[in-house]
Amino acid sequence: MRRNQVAVVGAAETTELGVIPNMSQIQLHADAALNAIADAGLKLSDIDGFATAVETPQQMAHYLGITPTWVDGTSVGGCSFMLHVRHAAAAIEAGLCKTVLITHAESGKSMIGKQPRFTAPDSLNGQFEAPFGVYGPPSMFPIPVLRYMKTHGITHEQLAMVAVVQREWAAKNPRATMKDPITVADVLNSRMIAYPFRLLQCCLVTDGGGALILTSADRAKDFPRKPVYILGTGESVETPMVSQMKTFDSSRAFKVAGPLAFKEAGITHKDVDHLMIYDAFAHLPLYGLGDLGFMPHEETGKFIADGNTRPGGKLPLNTNGGGLSYMHSGMYGMYALQESVRQMRGIAPAQVPNAKISVCHGVGGMFAASGTIIFTNER
Amino acid sequence: MAEPARAKPKPTPETQHFWDGTKAGELRLQRCDACANIYFPPRPFCPSCASRKVSVFKASGKGKLYSYVINHRPAAPGFTPPYAIAVVELDEGPRMMSNIIDCPQTPEALELDMPLEVAFEALDDKITLPLFRPAKG
Ligand SMILES: [Zn+2]
Repeated sequence: MRRNQVAVVGAAETTELGVIPNMSQIQLHADAALNAIADAGLKLSDIDGFATAVETPQQMAHYLGITPTWVDGTSVGGCSFMLHVRHAAAAIEAGLCKTVLITHAESGKSMIGKQPRFTAPDSLNGQFEAPFGVYGPPSMFPIPVLRYMKTHGITHEQLAMVAVVQREWAAKNPRATMKDPITVADVLNSRMIAYPFRLLQCCLVTDGGGALILTSADRAKDFPRKPVYILGTGESVETPMVSQMKTFDSSRAFKVAGPLAFKEAGITHKDVDHLMIYDAFAHLPLYGLGDLGFMPHEETGKFIADGNTRPGGKLPLNTNGGGLSYMHSGMYGMYALQESVRQMRGIAPAQVPNAKISVCHGVGGMFAASGTIIFTNER
Repeated sequence: MAEPARAKPKPTPETQHFWDGTKAGELRLQRCDACANIYFPPRPFCPSCASRKVSVFKASGKGKLYSYVINHRPAAPGFTPPYAIAVVELDEGPRMMSNIIDCPQTPEALELDMPLEVAFEALDDKITLPLFRPAKG
């Protein structure tokens, strides 16, 4: 895909984040969509392309009252929205549509109008994972981490520092769910969830949503907000069964999607001013730093523990507080994208001064899928 | 039997040989006749070279502990926390999820790369699960 041909011209989250007991899941989508439409200075009738995940495009298009000529229902977990951005950029460039709306929302905490997840007993997951006691993401996502730690020499304290540093960012963000400072000892003494991970190393469970509006870069200058351009993109999938990953000391999906985006963007790691790595659990930023090529995996734990990703550090990472402290409705990728857009617009609560390039990397399922978007505010 | 039971697999035409194997006390894997790739989970073609000429064979049942979590909460139906959910690397190469029995469910007892051997646990007259225990000797 060509660089900087498509831009984000509208971006917004739901009016509230956290516990929203007065809205169903589809209404959370609509709330985010209406906020993004207002942000872009558009009407819903201007939207001719639509993408969403979990909820179907037809469900949400009907609820919103739009008639798209291009739809994408890619639903590969929490990074689905990175893939939507990539697909939308290609569709706009190909002339299939002009103005794309991407919505996410999840009633993750209040569970209003949210269909329960179900593993069929004759699926491969149902036959070869469910019988052994996996029960929700906390019992599955951390399964590779002990092997990662042993192979790369990562310590429990370093993995605790991921949560500590992200709380430092969250403290600067009025919309963050958890803002009180925490220490490594707090993390290592919090309630055990699935060894080696404790409560403060697992994502929050909240309600909320977000929406993005994309159009061609040529049109973007006529919109009220500073355009945020799509510089590079990548995507991949590996396996829905965490036990069947090619290896546990790396994610194949990360290693395909991330470098693809860097190559397309034509940038090196030194060019990156701001970084988001979807942190459903504390090990994900380490996998991301290694698999995206910022450093060897052996150095990732020390890099974070030494403070390089904290406020004022040389590689600001997860500056909204992340899934560990900002919010996590179940499919966090949209919120990582929102933070990258805020940073590129220069309006983030914890703004990185003069940031020009933001890398936003997402995971879907338990390392099942991945999407990477690289943004810039300079064309 | 009123207690919630653990999730029970339902075989498909492509996986029936595996579940027939565990019921017979055998851990069955598949090998590609064309490229010799050994793979899991079951399917009637080779995911490495796409050949449909594949054979089922009885695996050694030996492996080592590749990684695990000790799940505390929430616990799956039929499980009493804390319990380990393990991934076993078989001597033949493929990995599979399982549980480790005859072993304390603690980080001290569950050492990565410890040798394991398969043990079969019948859920009912149709389904037997492949579990693993620390290898003897
Ligand atoms: Zn083959």
